[in-house]
Amino acid sequence: MTEARGPIVQFCFDRVIPVGTILLVIIALWYVFSVVLNAPFERDQAARAGTTIATSQLLHNTMWQERPVLPAPHQVAEEIRKTVFDLRPTSKRSLVYHGAVTLSSTLLGFVLGTLLGILLAVAIVHSRTLDKSLMPWIITSQTVPILAIAPMIIVVLNAVNITGLLPKAIISTYLSFFPVAVGMVKGLRSPEIMHLDLMRTYNASRSQIFWKLRWPASMPYLFTSMKIAVAISLVGAIVGELPTGAVAGIGARLLAGSYYGQTVQIWAALIAAALMAAVLVSLIGIVGSLVNRRMGVRS
Amino acid sequence: MAVVALQQKTRAAADLARRNVIEVKDLSLVFQTSDGPVNALSNIDLEVEAGEFVSFIGPSGCGKTTLLRVIADLEQPTSGAITVNGMSPSEAREKRAYGYVFQAAALYPWRTISGNISLPLEVMGISKEERRQRIARNLELVNLSGFEKKFPWQLSGGMQQRASIARALSFDPDLLLMDEPFGALDEIVRDHLNEQLLKLWAKTQKTVIFVTHSIPEAVFLSTKIVVMSPRPGRIHEIIDCDLGAERPLDIRETPKFLEIAHRVREGLRHGHSYDEVHA
Repeated sequence: MTEARGPIVQFCFDRVIPVGTILLVIIALWYVFSVVLNAPFERDQAARAGTTIATSQLLHNTMWQERPVLPAPHQVAEEIRKTVFDLRPTSKRSLVYHGAVTLSSTLLGFVLGTLLGILLAVAIVHSRTLDKSLMPWIITSQTVPILAIAPMIIVVLNAVNITGLLPKAIISTYLSFFPVAVGMVKGLRSPEIMHLDLMRTYNASRSQIFWKLRWPASMPYLFTSMKIAVAISLVGAIVGELPTGAVAGIGARLLAGSYYGQTVQIWAALIAAALMAAVLVSLIGIVGSLVNRRMGVRS
Repeated sequence: MAVVALQQKTRAAADLARRNVIEVKDLSLVFQTSDGPVNALSNIDLEVEAGEFVSFIGPSGCGKTTLLRVIADLEQPTSGAITVNGMSPSEAREKRAYGYVFQAAALYPWRTISGNISLPLEVMGISKEERRQRIARNLELVNLSGFEKKFPWQLSGGMQQRASIARALSFDPDLLLMDEPFGALDEIVRDHLNEQLLKLWAKTQKTVIFVTHSIPEAVFLSTKIVVMSPRPGRIHEIIDCDLGAERPLDIRETPKFLEIAHRVREGLRHGHSYDEVHA
C-alpha cells in the first residue's frame, strides 16, 4: 500500500497532516487564550450589575464580545468572510479592496528590490572597491528602524510630487533589496574553484563566466532570498500605509481598527496579511522548484 | 637574401617535424604563504615533443600538479622561462591551445552531458550545427553515445570523467593536460579507462601530459615518465618508457614493464630519501 500512494495522497501525508495538526493546536490555544483574556470584562460587567455569571454563560459570552481583547477564531473568520465575500471588491470596507492596494505596492516594491539587490550583488562580486565600500552601507541601511524612516520617505517624496503607489513601494524596496543582495553575493561567489579554472582554460570573458557559470550557480540562493524578500516587502507596504493617513490598504485597516477599538477588524486584517504572505512565499517556492527541475536538480 | 630566407624556411619545416610543444628552462615557483615562502617548483628543465605521452609522477607536494597548472597558465612562475607551442602560456591559453582535465570531472550540474560538452564550444562562439556534430563525435569517442540528455548525477564517476575528457577534446586542442583524472576511481574502472585513453591517444595523435601518483598507470600509458620529488618540488629523473604503441593490459606482467616500473620506484625512493635526511 505505502509504495503505491498517488501524488495527492502523498501530498496529504507530507504537508496537509503535519501542517494541519499544528494549525489545530494553534486554534485550540487561541480559544483558550480568548476565554482567559476576555473573561475579566464579563466578570466586571456582572459585578457592576450586582449579579454573578454562570461558567457556561461566561464561556459563551467571551466568544461573542463586540470588542474583545482577543477575538475568538470564529469571529475573525466571520469578519473575513463578511468583508471578502459579502461586500463588492470596490467597496471601501471590502478586505479584497484593501488587500489589492497592499498587494500592488508589495509586488512593485518586491520587483524593484529584487532587481536592485541583484544589481548590487553583481557590482560587488565584480569590483573589489565596491565590495569594500558598498557592503558596510548595505548592512547599515537595515539597522535603521523602518518605522522611523518610512514617514520620512513618504514626506520627502510627497514634497517632490511623488505620491500614491510608488512611495509605499519604495519602502518595500528598501527592505527587500537586502536579503537579495546578500544572498546573491553569496550565490554568485558559490562556483567551485575548479569550475572557475575551467572557464579560464577556455579563455572565457567576464560576461561569459557570469552568464554560463555564476548566474546559474546562484539560482538556489536567488529563490531562497526572494522568499524572504517578498515577505518583508509585504511588511514594508503595510508600514508604508500607516503614515499616509490610513486611506487604503491592510495597514489602513489596522490603523483604523486600533483607532476605534475594532479588534476583530484588526485581527481579520492581520490574518489576511499573513495568508497573503504565505501565498506569495509559496508561489516563489513553486517557481523556484520549476527552475530547479529544469536545471536537473535531483528531486 | 633569398638563400637566407630559404634556409629559414627549411629549418622551420624541420622544426615542425619534431617540434617541442613545451619547453621549460630553469623554472621556479615560490608560493608566499602565511608560514613563509614555499618552494613549489625549483629549477625545472623539461622538453615535451609533439605526440608524446608524458607522465609526471611523484609523492604529494612534489609540484606535479603545480607544474601542469603553470603550463596551463593557471599559476605564474616566479622565475625561469616556459613556452607552450612556442608562445608564452598565457598566449597559448588565449589561443585555446590545450584541453584540461581536472581531478574531479567538474561538470556543471545544471547542464546535461551534451550541454557540458557544448560549454567550451559556446564560449568559443562555434555555431549550433557545428556544436551538435562535435558533441556527437566526441561522445562517441569516449563511448557515451546515448547519454546526451542525462544530467551528471545520473552517471557513474567513471562515466562523468569520460564526459569531462570528451569536453576537453571537443574543441580539438593539440595538447591534453590531465591532472590525476582517474585518481578518485576504483582500480577496475581505472584499468578500463587507461586502455581507452591509450586508444584515444593513438587515434587522435594528441600530445598528452598526465599527472599521476600510480606507478603502473604511468608506465602503462607513457612514452616518457618525469619522476619528481618534494621540498623543493623538482625533477629527479626522466625515464624513457619505450614499450611500443601496442599495449594490452597484460603488458604489465612482462619483464620490460616490470623493469621500467622498478626504475620509477627506485627514482621515487631516491627522491624521497633526500626529504627524510633533512626532516
